[in-house]
Amino acid sequence: MLSPVLHRHCHLFLVTGRSEDSRGLGSFQDMARSISMEAAGLTLAFLILTFLTTSAASSTNQIQILNAERRIDLSSHIVKVFLTLKVENVMTAPASEIVLAFPPAQADHLALVKAQAAIGKKKKKSYVHLDVNPTELPDAPNGTKYFSISLLNPLSSGETATLEVLYILTHSLKPFPAEISQSESQLVYFRDSALILSPYHVKQQTTFLKTPSTKVESFTRVEPTKFAGRELKYGPYEDRPPYSFSPVTVHLENNSPFAVVEELLREVEISHWGNIQITEHYKLVHAGARHKGVFSRVEYQSRPSFSGTSSFKHLLASLPPRVHSVYYRDDIGNISSSHLRSDYRKSELEIEPRYPLFGGWKATFVIGYGLPLEDFLFESPDGKRYLNFSFGCPLAETVVDKLTIKVVLPEGSKDPSAAAPFPVEQRLETKYSYLDVVGRTVMVLEKKNVVPEHITPFQVYYTFKPIFMLAEPLMLASVFFLFFVACLAYLHNDLSIRK
Amino acid sequence: MAVTKTEPINGSTTKSSAPPLPSMPLKSDLLSILSLKSLRLKTKQQELLIRVSILCLVYVLAFITRLFSVLRYESMIHEFDPYFNYRTTLFLTQKGFYEFWNWFDSESWYPLGRIIGGTLYPGLMVTAAMMYWGLRFLRFAVHIREVCVLTAPFFASNTTLVAYFFGKEIWDTGAGLVAAVLIAICPGYISRSVAGSYDNEGVAIFALLLTFYLFVKAVNTGSLAWGLASAFGYFYMVSAWGGYVFIINLIPLYVLALLITGRYSMRLYVAYNCMYVLGMLLAMQIRFVGFQHVQSGEHMAAMGVFFLMQVFYFLDWVKHLLNDKKLFEAFLRITVTCAVGVGAIALGVGTASGYISPWSGRFYSLLDPTYAKDHIPIIASVSEHQPTAWSSFMFDFHILLFLFPAGLYFCFKRLSDATIFIVMYGLTSMYFAGVMVRLILVATPAVCLISAIAVSATIKNLTMLLRTKSKVSQTGSTKGTGGGKTSSKAMLDQSQPFQRNGAIALLFGAFYLLSRYAIHCTWVTSEAYSSPSIVLAARGAHGNRVIFDDYREAYYWLRQNTPPDAKVMSWWDYGYQITAMGNRTVIVDNNTWNNTHIATVGRAMSSYEDEAYEIMRSLDVDYVLVVFGGVTGYSSDDINKFLWMVRIGGGVFPVIKEPDYLVNGEYRVDKGAAPKMLNCLMYKLSYYRFGELMTEYGKPPGYDRARGVEIGNKDIKLEHLEEAFTTSNWIVRIYKVKPPNNRW
Repeated sequence: MLSPVLHRHCHLFLVTGRSEDSRGLGSFQDMARSISMEAAGLTLAFLILTFLTTSAASSTNQIQILNAERRIDLSSHIVKVFLTLKVENVMTAPASEIVLAFPPAQADHLALVKAQAAIGKKKKKSYVHLDVNPTELPDAPNGTKYFSISLLNPLSSGETATLEVLYILTHSLKPFPAEISQSESQLVYFRDSALILSPYHVKQQTTFLKTPSTKVESFTRVEPTKFAGRELKYGPYEDRPPYSFSPVTVHLENNSPFAVVEELLREVEISHWGNIQITEHYKLVHAGARHKGVFSRVEYQSRPSFSGTSSFKHLLASLPPRVHSVYYRDDIGNISSSHLRSDYRKSELEIEPRYPLFGGWKATFVIGYGLPLEDFLFESPDGKRYLNFSFGCPLAETVVDKLTIKVVLPEGSKDPSAAAPFPVEQRLETKYSYLDVVGRTVMVLEKKNVVPEHITPFQVYYTFKPIFMLAEPLMLASVFFLFFVACLAYLHNDLSIRK
Repeated sequence: MAVTKTEPINGSTTKSSAPPLPSMPLKSDLLSILSLKSLRLKTKQQELLIRVSILCLVYVLAFITRLFSVLRYESMIHEFDPYFNYRTTLFLTQKGFYEFWNWFDSESWYPLGRIIGGTLYPGLMVTAAMMYWGLRFLRFAVHIREVCVLTAPFFASNTTLVAYFFGKEIWDTGAGLVAAVLIAICPGYISRSVAGSYDNEGVAIFALLLTFYLFVKAVNTGSLAWGLASAFGYFYMVSAWGGYVFIINLIPLYVLALLITGRYSMRLYVAYNCMYVLGMLLAMQIRFVGFQHVQSGEHMAAMGVFFLMQVFYFLDWVKHLLNDKKLFEAFLRITVTCAVGVGAIALGVGTASGYISPWSGRFYSLLDPTYAKDHIPIIASVSEHQPTAWSSFMFDFHILLFLFPAGLYFCFKRLSDATIFIVMYGLTSMYFAGVMVRLILVATPAVCLISAIAVSATIKNLTMLLRTKSKVSQTGSTKGTGGGKTSSKAMLDQSQPFQRNGAIALLFGAFYLLSRYAIHCTWVTSEAYSSPSIVLAARGAHGNRVIFDDYREAYYWLRQNTPPDAKVMSWWDYGYQITAMGNRTVIVDNNTWNNTHIATVGRAMSSYEDEAYEIMRSLDVDYVLVVFGGVTGYSSDDINKFLWMVRIGGGVFPVIKEPDYLVNGEYRVDKGAAPKMLNCLMYKLSYYRFGELMTEYGKPPGYDRARGVEIGNKDIKLEHLEEAFTTSNWIVRIYKVKPPNNRW
């Protein structure tokens, strides 16, 4: 069966100019017509695709995917896809990279692509991290985006390799209905293809979708399709040509908190007197189905299991161990509902926004804390100092649309440079804080679409002479000294005009 | 004064170290003696050191005793009005002075708006902004909120210094020190100057006392410089608080009293003219005050006295010229009659033609405490405008209440221009304090100063008695420090038996009283005056502290989850907070300048839902906010304020009648309540779906804990409004006004 959504996907791939909102408006007749049109469109698409692939990529003929297994985890609002590929080089020339393809709609929401290769046999299996870089292929059909995985050792002819790829999609679950009332639970659409989009020929493939609950409203069938428990299985499909695509739509219940931080500003201020002060400004929003109509406190308090199931009121922030002077406040003052649990490995800060967050509701707040300097600041062999701090958002299970990290270096530090495990935008600023004369250098790092998997250390290198530490105390001392001298001078001199 | 006259501290060192040392072995001993000697201070220096350190300690004490709320809660703005001041200060620091001066605020008094720059006293905001900019310039990365929170304690500290100098001016340094200590911890002053109470009064009391001090100084010295300084003090006061009217009436009254008692002098002439003319011109620069100094009835006394002063001077001059008593008396009669006649005619013509505005309602209500109750319910409805109960005098003044008459006695015993001033200040402000609770604040400095005179004089007399006694018994060293006068006095008093013991007992008594005062003040500050009122704290079942942060929860919800141009209707009490914390437009707020507008809101709240809907539609209301304490037992909620809404609404719209909401003159919300009460908008919004809630164990659902009754209408249906948000403890409830139904 072809659902109206299929229509949308076809158009995305074929005639991009057409309005997407034509679905759901028309009468029965319209539906029927559009379906027939889609069927035509689909075949056309396949034709074009096959035509393109035959003409375009001689390099993509080199590789064949023997077996592909894809597991899509839909249990939270961050969609995680685990892809296991068994690839074979069918040509004679050695192949050094494998290309992954993504439809443009997915590529926009792609937060992260990671790949690793399995080495060794079953028992002694170990994984090696592989580099993944965005790449371009000539004559990419319909704006397809590519990532290339660089293999450790080039595949020689006839050789096979197993790759494990993880990629994460954000904002890919579209709430439908887009507005719900307090008593309803949240239903979302997930759209993808039953067949893996790939520039290679795929011999066998299967896709599993893990749903958060057993409640699934509807899903597109592309036989063989099986739904059991909390798992939806597409496939196995045999021998599909490159760029095969078969859109599917799954309409499922997902009541996990859709916590999205629209903007996060983390300011890390280094003081060589032994402290790192961190201030994090959050703009949090519930990105799920918008709340509609009444918010009833009676319902919310007395029937928590039926009322506001998609809302959330707690958030968990995991902070480094040995954290001190933690605060949690917003523009109008302290928010008293937070708990800090800490042990020697990590600290957990449980925060409650002032009100429970329903779909579309926002909350902005600030979390601040201090950390001991010796845990994060080190000296590199070449005499430079570097801060080793974790990138990403401390809140669990949240997507950050725009993350800015500002590392405020102490006054007088020079030659700042940053190193991060993934591409980030960098620039320099100057900030004036307590008793600054020339200002402090600020290293600004920016990244869009950040997920918890981005929590990895980054480094900021700089040079600093310890003598600068004394500048401010000396300044204060001299001010006091001058003040006392002035007092003395005043007491000892008669300033009156009349004698 | 004493500061400049003290001798150099190093003087003795240089002198004693100058002679050559006799021999080497003695050197070390001598050195030690020398160093000891050089450290020893002269009596005068000791006195100075003690005085300065006491003042420093008092300065610090006045500051830290006001920090209870910051330590218990957080650095936050308290109450209602301070939120407006905070919002305007924020605007000032962000947009600059000109924007601030010309600010038309469309976020309040919708749809009328408010010209903020022209309807506020900018002194407080400008002061805070200056301190903020100053600190920023010195690279102290403070937030404007911290500056605002600590403005009042800082100025309270400064007030102690002024009190010291004032006390010194009217009595002696001892009285000054005691006054500084008393005022530093006096609850009457602390009530308006704790950290976070960012209100005009915090700065104004400093300005008031400073103006008075400078004026008394000017009168005592006759110096133009002090007169000028007092004019600037007055200007600062005018810029800070509407209470400047008290100054501009008290000072003429004082001058008049001096004239009548024959204490007219050139000093007085210089001081008053300089202060009045310059002060008036400066005050006209404040837009909110404008030309009131020449146009308003409240300021006419000052002008009358100014002219009288000129007449006096003229007469003095004529008297000097004439040298003939009879002729002068005839001249005097004619001039005085003429002057009074001209003055009366001018006043009459001015008032009749409307050039001079009559006294305002607030001023009337000060002179006649029953006036507000009958004519202006909006003034009478404010709790701080109620007449003062005796208990609150006791609460705010404690022993000062008894020391005050004693101090008056001492003042009368040593009458001077300065003591006459403080007596008049004390008596008039005491009267006003009796009329209105909030004016206790104005009386506090006077009470502290007069009590300080009592304490200082008493203790001084007692200690002198003790010291001369001991000196006499030692015989010989009488001339040293005691002084001949006191010793002779002691000789005279020797006839009384047990005098020494009596003095000791009295001293102990005084110290006991003073220590009780200190304990009382600390207790009152910590228990009564340090709660921010925006965050409510209660004791939980296990003795732990439970915090109800519902106000901020609701305001923040408004700020984040409503359209930016949403209009919120609530009773005027919450207006400032909604605009400052919720950042949304309000219909009415705490600046109660338009009674009709407030009455309209009162009418909407006390009408049936469909009638109220019409009113709300006409005012473009999107949300209605009510405060409800039925779940938590919070008693100052809207149901308890409701009768005032009815009264104020009924004052303008006779459709609303108070008896409709009462049953046999009794205000009830249970089953026996009046039908109109049970169905008016306020009742519906407060109790919507409350009937389903169990509030207390063993009580039926819908049991109102604030009033201790089961509500009378549990089945409330809303037609034109829907519940938009209710805070976790139900203290604030927000309803959305639905758009009108489609007709087809």
